[in-house]
Amino acid sequence: MAQDDEQVLQVSDLNVTLEGQAVLENLTFTVRQGEVMTILGPNGAGKTMLLRALLGTLPYEGRILWKKGMRIGYVPQRLPYIKNIPLSVTDFFALRRNGGADVDEMLHAVGLGAEAGKKRISDFSSGQFQRILIAWALAKDPDVLLFDEPTTGIDIGGEETVYGLLARLQRERNLTMLIVTHDLAVVHRLSSMVLCLNRQLVCTGPPLGTLTPENLRRLYGTEVKFYEHKHG
Amino acid sequence: MGTFLLSLISGIFIGGAAGYLGTLMLSRRMALVAGPLGHLTLPGIALALIWGLDVSVGAFPFVILGVVLIWLLEMKTKLPMEALTALVFASGVAIAFLLLPMEQAETALVGDISKVDLHGTALSVIASLAIIVTLMRAYPRMILGNISEELAAAEGINVRRYNFLYLFLIAVIVALGVKMVGGLLTAALVAIPPSAARNVSTNLKQYALGATAIGAGSAVVGIVMSQITGFPAGPLVILVSAAIFLLTMPFAR
Repeated sequence: MAQDDEQVLQVSDLNVTLEGQAVLENLTFTVRQGEVMTILGPNGAGKTMLLRALLGTLPYEGRILWKKGMRIGYVPQRLPYIKNIPLSVTDFFALRRNGGADVDEMLHAVGLGAEAGKKRISDFSSGQFQRILIAWALAKDPDVLLFDEPTTGIDIGGEETVYGLLARLQRERNLTMLIVTHDLAVVHRLSSMVLCLNRQLVCTGPPLGTLTPENLRRLYGTEVKFYEHKHG
Repeated sequence: MGTFLLSLISGIFIGGAAGYLGTLMLSRRMALVAGPLGHLTLPGIALALIWGLDVSVGAFPFVILGVVLIWLLEMKTKLPMEALTALVFASGVAIAFLLLPMEQAETALVGDISKVDLHGTALSVIASLAIIVTLMRAYPRMILGNISEELAAAEGINVRRYNFLYLFLIAVIVALGVKMVGGLLTAALVAIPPSAARNVSTNLKQYALGATAIGAGSAVVGIVMSQITGFPAGPLVILVSAAIFLLTMPFAR
């Protein structure tokens, strides 16, 4: 199969089976340069498993083909073990293979002050920690960002929300993004493509035409009330 | 005096390497794996004592067996670690007591560093240094793999390779540790120094250095106290590190 230059990722007939249970079945989709694809689906739909398969930490059948030389940044949902270790933000950045890029600059890019570098990871709120994870992923100047369920709108006092931050980063760096989310508003505000996942591919396409009441019913199994957010 | 010096040297290196490696085990809540592994070494220690071999040499094949068991059981079954611990513990102790001459039971259970010879000391120093150097080189990647396999994979790190290395280093430290603190107390040798260091550290460097220093320091104090009091060194080493842990408690964050 010839690969289109614009294509960053090509997935065909992807199957993941864990302990005899099919977690993902026959997924086929492509992601193009600069696209923001949201992966939407109910709990247990295999969204995180899909990201793990894309990162290569899960055994799978089928084909996952990243464009050559793509640098992939990953922002996990949470890191339960990290608080067991006394780790400053600077330490965390130093764990990367090529050491830290400019830590201060990265922290600044996600709206944290330079003084954050010396603080211990466990002292940050979950919203701030998420920013640190984003900064960490950005430090290697990735082409693609995989993002597992960003927490929504928990920032206080006029700060940029995580989604505002993602939208800005996408503009500034022309990042390709794959974002796992529950939040329909986010899908509409941020993404150019949506992939509805419930073990199998339920629907895919630009959000407006794809997230029809009929498709959402198929995805979640019940009626989903959906209001498109209007922002000035 | 010669043997005392040799036991001190062995203790410093084994204690330091165990503390350093323990910083990784603690981050993954795996410190207790050293427990069943230690117990499983008992038959090996028994054989070494009967045949007059170095205790670590006897323990090593058994601890490798334990690592393979844990790796297989972790992969193949969803058995809780506690059940596995009970199984391995009981089997190890039972087999050991079938083989073990009773008068040497204490050596097997709580160690006897005072009996080390030059060869044993050289073995301990070289193996401990190998652990420390390997850890220094691989530490950032191993910490990252412990925090999140996915983050590590996104960095292009071969997580499986480092998991294997990690288990292998645990096997080596347990085989060394049983010489100093016996089959029953090895878990404490890797768990207590990093726990104490964590209480007082704000960054990774302090944590790693602290655990290494507390591990080495406890060994020195314990062995010296053993020389003075005549009590076995193994329990004293562990009690010293436990006392240090208690002292750091008020600073826990």
